[in-house]
Amino acid sequence: MTAVLEVQNLSVAYRMQGGALQAVRDVSLSVARGEVLGIMGESGCGKSTLAAAMINLLPAGARVGQGAVRLNGTDILRLPPAAQRALRGKSVAMVFQDPMTAFNPVLTIGRQLADFVGAHDTGLAQPERLAAMLTRVGIPDARSCLGRYPHELSGGMRQRVAIAAALLMQPDVLIADEPTTALDVTMEAQIIHLFRDLRTSFDGAIVIVTHHLGVIAELCDRVAVMYAGQVVEEGAVDAIFHDPQHPYTRALLACDPAVVDPSSGRLPTIGGRLPDLSAPPRGCAFEPRCRVAAVSCREPVPRQRPSAGRSVLCHRGAE
Amino acid sequence: MLAYAIRRVGLSLLILVVVMTAMYGMVFLVPGDPASLALGPRATPELKEVLRERMGLDQPILAQIGIFFGNVLQGDLGTDVWSKRPVLDQILEVFPRTLLLGVVALGWALALGVLLGCAAVVWRDTVVDRMLGVLSVSVISVPSFVIAIYALILFAVWLNWLPAIGAGEAGDFASQARALILPAFALGLGWVGYLARLIRASMLEVMEAPHIRTARAFGMREGDIVFRHALRVAIVPTLSVLAVGFGGILSSAVFVESVFSRPGIGTLITAAVEKRNYPVVMGTVLFMTAFYLMIVTTADLLIARLDPRVRDVLRS
Ligand SMILES: Nc1ncnc2c1ncn2[C@@H]1O[C@H](COP(=O)(O)OP(=O)(O)OP(=O)(O)O)[C@@H](O)[C@H]1O
Ligand SMILES: [Mg+2]
Repeated sequence: MTAVLEVQNLSVAYRMQGGALQAVRDVSLSVARGEVLGIMGESGCGKSTLAAAMINLLPAGARVGQGAVRLNGTDILRLPPAAQRALRGKSVAMVFQDPMTAFNPVLTIGRQLADFVGAHDTGLAQPERLAAMLTRVGIPDARSCLGRYPHELSGGMRQRVAIAAALLMQPDVLIADEPTTALDVTMEAQIIHLFRDLRTSFDGAIVIVTHHLGVIAELCDRVAVMYAGQVVEEGAVDAIFHDPQHPYTRALLACDPAVVDPSSGRLPTIGGRLPDLSAPPRGCAFEPRCRVAAVSCREPVPRQRPSAGRSVLCHRGAE
Repeated sequence: MLAYAIRRVGLSLLILVVVMTAMYGMVFLVPGDPASLALGPRATPELKEVLRERMGLDQPILAQIGIFFGNVLQGDLGTDVWSKRPVLDQILEVFPRTLLLGVVALGWALALGVLLGCAAVVWRDTVVDRMLGVLSVSVISVPSFVIAIYALILFAVWLNWLPAIGAGEAGDFASQARALILPAFALGLGWVGYLARLIRASMLEVMEAPHIRTARAFGMREGDIVFRHALRVAIVPTLSVLAVGFGGILSSAVFVESVFSRPGIGTLITAAVEKRNYPVVMGTVLFMTAFYLMIVTTADLLIARLDPRVRDVLRS
């Protein structure tokens, strides 16, 4: 399989008073057509920053230190702005976390979808086409939805509209940053269901950022586990869920409410906090919180590749 | 929406009543007896008494106010002490000129202000942005009558491009238009700067909004985002400022009309104040207050229409 999207040794830092916060550190990932890649990790580990870097639409203050983001082989980080813009929405589309604020409050849904598509091909911005896509993502009465304002739709409906918008140009890559986090449980289930349908009907690659293990288990083929800006473990979902090798992955899986023994009456948590990302440690970033840490863990960590398609960033994982 | 409209209009009417009462009271606090002034220094006490009676000045103050309200409701703003002409006729004669001046001034200021404000956002933190900032603040801080005087000296006296005084030949559109250019320029210039700053600030806030990031993520051009998506959101708060601003423009028009000796509300009221022609002063102030309240109320209702969220809150 050839990768449509390939992130190579990417580092992103936020400029701050007295230094830089290294939000993404030396991340390499790739995703192929028809494949669904999950990115998971606790809050603040750099998932959103990584997702934004994939379309080079980072918040003000963020700088790409090194690395490349190749879309069909072209490094988009080094393209001129106009060429980058031409790819956004057309070759790679994004669905954001909060559907409440993702749309312009004073323009109708139809007008916004038309403007998004019209940025690339005005010929495609006809109401019939827009409505057909809304129907496809499960919006009843799509025609009237085009004439509505965002606040007239529920959160789940808005997220469907966001997904429809992303699919309109038939992109090669669809990136969804926490597409279900802002929704309540029933709506979350519906959106997960919609993504599951997309696995068969959409032929591009999908990247889903989430901290919801259920989403990963339901939808993804492969998963990258992030910690403190690094991918600490990566591999097929089944393999990682059944045989997690990084202590952080193990701890994360043990915290899943779905697998915890209800009789214990409380959720386990991972003790300690994320390290200070403005001065990340030389060795393993998880070492202070790790149960199996040894002195050697303070040394720079080599990436282990225990089997094909699997990588672990741990001294102990190799043992 | 209807309930809101009724409430909003009712509030305006209440303000109007308060203004009328306050104004009537104030005229009597100002030194100088209107009847003596109207008749001049050589009037006999008997003559003054007759005039006072005719003007209703011999009645108790509450009765006077009652009569005043009654007259206003019938569309009678009083009679000019000097020319004996109805005040409303005089106002309606000159008001269209002032209105035209105000509309043209605010119109060009809005068009240019929005454009420059957006330009400052598209090129934010560049030389363009900084230069626009300095220019805006400079034109805001100069009063419009000062601009009027310098514009008059430069364009009318030295360069002789445009007429210095008057409102142009009656019936000659080109001449009237030429006579409008300098006053409208002087009156609107400060507002260009003000609106540019206002739009820029409002727009910068909007440009941080997640929906703008969405628009960028779909590859929309920055110019399209600014003009098609952000401006619609940013213009809403500007609208109410614009309505209040129109009141400000009309009061600055008083000075600008004086500088250019241009017939209008400004010239009418300045002349009336000088002569203590108090029915004209009161009638004009009342008329302008009513007009101003009408504009502000309309703007509020328009905002409610433009912003679908406000519309829905009001509907429920
Ligand atoms: N605009 C910003 N300016 C400065 N620092 C930022 C900014 N955005 C994020 N960060 C910091 O960068 C780090 C990574 O943030 P990021 O939003 O990528 O994490 P995340 O994994 O998406 O977290 P979450 O699950 O909360 O969304 C965090 O430490 C965060 O505080
Ligand atoms: Mg995030």
